[in-house]
Amino acid sequence: MPRMTMIEAIRSAMYVSMERDEKVVVFGEDVGFFGGVFRCTAGLQKKYGTSRCFDTPISELGIVGVAVGMAAYGLRPCVEIQFADYVYPAADQIVSEAARLRYRSAGQFTCPIVIRMPTGGGIFGGQTHSQSPEALFTHVAGLKVVVPSNPVDAKGLLIAAIEDPDPVIFLEPKRLYNGPFDGHHDRPVTAWSKHALGEVAEGHFTVPLGKAEVRREGSAVTVLAYGTMVHVALAAAEEKGIDAEIIDLRTLIPLDLDAVVASVKKTGRCVVVHEATFTSGFGAELAALVQEHCFYHLEAPIQRVTGWDTPYPHALEWDYFPGPARIGEALAAAMEA
Amino acid sequence: MEPHAPLSLHVPEPEVRPGDTPDFSSVKIPKAGSVPRPPVDVDPREIRDHAFSIIRVLNRDGEAVGPWAGSLTPDELMAGLRHMMTLRAFDARMLTAQRQGKTSFYMQHMGEEAVSCAFRMAMAPGDMNFPTYRQAGLLIAGGYPMVDMMNQIFSNEADPLKGRQLPVMYSSREHGFFSISGNLGTQFIQAVGWAMASAISGDTRIAAGWIGDGSTAESDFHAALVFASTYRAPVVLNIVNNQWAISTFQGIARGGAGTFAARGLGFGIPSLRVDGNDYLAVHAVATWAAERARRGLGPTLIEHVTYRVGAHSTSDDPSAYRPKTESDAWPLGDPVIRLKSHLIRLGVWSDERHTQMEAEISDEVIAAQREAERHGTLHAGGKPSVRDIFEDVYAEMPPHLRRQRQQAGV
Ligand SMILES: Cc1ncc(C[n+]2csc(CCOP(=O)(O)OP(=O)(O)O)c2C)c(N)n1
Repeated sequence: MPRMTMIEAIRSAMYVSMERDEKVVVFGEDVGFFGGVFRCTAGLQKKYGTSRCFDTPISELGIVGVAVGMAAYGLRPCVEIQFADYVYPAADQIVSEAARLRYRSAGQFTCPIVIRMPTGGGIFGGQTHSQSPEALFTHVAGLKVVVPSNPVDAKGLLIAAIEDPDPVIFLEPKRLYNGPFDGHHDRPVTAWSKHALGEVAEGHFTVPLGKAEVRREGSAVTVLAYGTMVHVALAAAEEKGIDAEIIDLRTLIPLDLDAVVASVKKTGRCVVVHEATFTSGFGAELAALVQEHCFYHLEAPIQRVTGWDTPYPHALEWDYFPGPARIGEALAAAMEA
Repeated sequence: MEPHAPLSLHVPEPEVRPGDTPDFSSVKIPKAGSVPRPPVDVDPREIRDHAFSIIRVLNRDGEAVGPWAGSLTPDELMAGLRHMMTLRAFDARMLTAQRQGKTSFYMQHMGEEAVSCAFRMAMAPGDMNFPTYRQAGLLIAGGYPMVDMMNQIFSNEADPLKGRQLPVMYSSREHGFFSISGNLGTQFIQAVGWAMASAISGDTRIAAGWIGDGSTAESDFHAALVFASTYRAPVVLNIVNNQWAISTFQGIARGGAGTFAARGLGFGIPSLRVDGNDYLAVHAVATWAAERARRGLGPTLIEHVTYRVGAHSTSDDPSAYRPKTESDAWPLGDPVIRLKSHLIRLGVWSDERHTQMEAEISDEVIAAQREAERHGTLHAGGKPSVRDIFEDVYAEMPPHLRRQRQQAGV
């Protein structure tokens, strides 16, 4: 099996999907000739022509609005927003239109679109190249929200998203594009080529939406994480020597509640981790669900490790980004109680 | 009904790609001095042609010709030359500093120096610019200290923005420079709002908005035109058409419109195109537009026709999407060399004095960098305080942030 970076795996997913279904079209800013600023769409235009992969004007509202119209026609647009931080101009088309088209037309019109966007911090991108907006989308009824943590999942989940009959927000942690990242910014980065999850099948396969994966088995405490934080949590558990079970949620909506509940019932303790700000973050939803479904099994208060409730700072990125030390403290706190 | 042939999608393509010979034959360049200069209270309908032509003052021989000439004295022109040369030297040093890991990122102005440097001289104290990331000339020509610009770029302990903003995203209220956002286009409509506020308040100050050719596709651009037109806001709306939006040529944003300036016509906004590599022309047009705004005659849309010689940013490699020699083929030349030739022609400048000034400026920039680096660079030396992460989110820190600050151990 070839070894792929997450970028290559995402690109491979689009190749496979465009090959199998001529209704799949790919577009966005710099996506066509150049292949995207992160190179995720490189070569697609050459292979499938400018009608199926093209550059757009810099208008996120336009990109998503056009995708909704195309979906109403019967195509399957897979669009790129250059950075998740730039999705806000498209909010109306996503929230008011894409998310509820099926509902308000009683199924006459549907919106099978995928909106891909690089997300998260750790690259000195400052306030406008670092945000994690997943909670905004999980709050909107009618959207699915996916956050892969490795190349295999990225490819399988993206193909599943493109084949899905509903609108999917596909958040790509850009810190993982070229290799796993354990939160130690001062150490050399490892490459996906050295990682089992960098071995990605060439052809068609899917990873179903709504299924979490246990990344590390353990019995002392459950860590719920997704995206980059899966790797940081793994590092934290190793370094603390704590027998943590780490669950990679992979999709936030639909959420694999069964996997979450089973694990917390087993361990009796829970730590929730994300990069996004704390207040009203997706971690709050997870904590509420865990207490609702596992209250009598909990032996300690649920801990949350997140970004601070401030905009993302440029120079002090590493004091903002939840690293292994902060997750380690939360693990210890969960174990103490 | 007649049967129709199947439809196909039209996707605009640039004339040339890497490996091809650069071709600007489609950029129609009128002779310097050939575009009329209307009175500032002209009826916009009478100057529709100005949205399709290019106002130029400096001709090939370095002479200033035509009705738009004569808005600047030789001393002012020499100051303008110094500003542009300073910006270019500043760019060169900061690009190197980025490669040395002293900052995360940098964006240069190569080829576009005249646009912001000349425009700044048409603004008065108290006026407000709403810039994007390629108008540092507004600060340099406005006398903002270079050391502070570098402190911002290095995100060091003396960074006026406390390490919060990306490099080059400056902010100086005092110097009429609104805080830059990384989100394209958002400032354009805000400029209109500031100008409307000035009108509401019975003030005399005006605003200027700035946007790139690519970013004119954002809804904020269109919102700005409709509000500016409706309320006759005292604002100058600048589009910097440097031909490229990262890898995407200007035709993608322009679509079927003749020019970017022509977008103003449907709103009844006087719309002009100017040679953005001609310091004199930019200044003359900026002065004309500012005067309209000050007299309560409403907004003006200006398309500055120029070329982005450098890469989009330090993360970009332009040779992947355009011919390597394209910038040499750009028909409007180099703004610094053009102004230099004009000053030599006027008899107030010489190659020797130019070389001498280059050396002086280089010393100034190096001295400023030394001073800034005493306060640290991104990965070395003095840093903003971690406590600063939590300040300025709100005027007063609410309890939940206080708690988080404690948790962070600061
Ligand atoms: C809302 C938004 N979308 C996308 C981007 C990413 N982006 C940054 S610069 C740029 C190109 C801008 O081109 P243009 O407006 O022509 O200005 P130039 O860089 O050429 O000066 C893009 C797409 C962004 N910063 N903000």
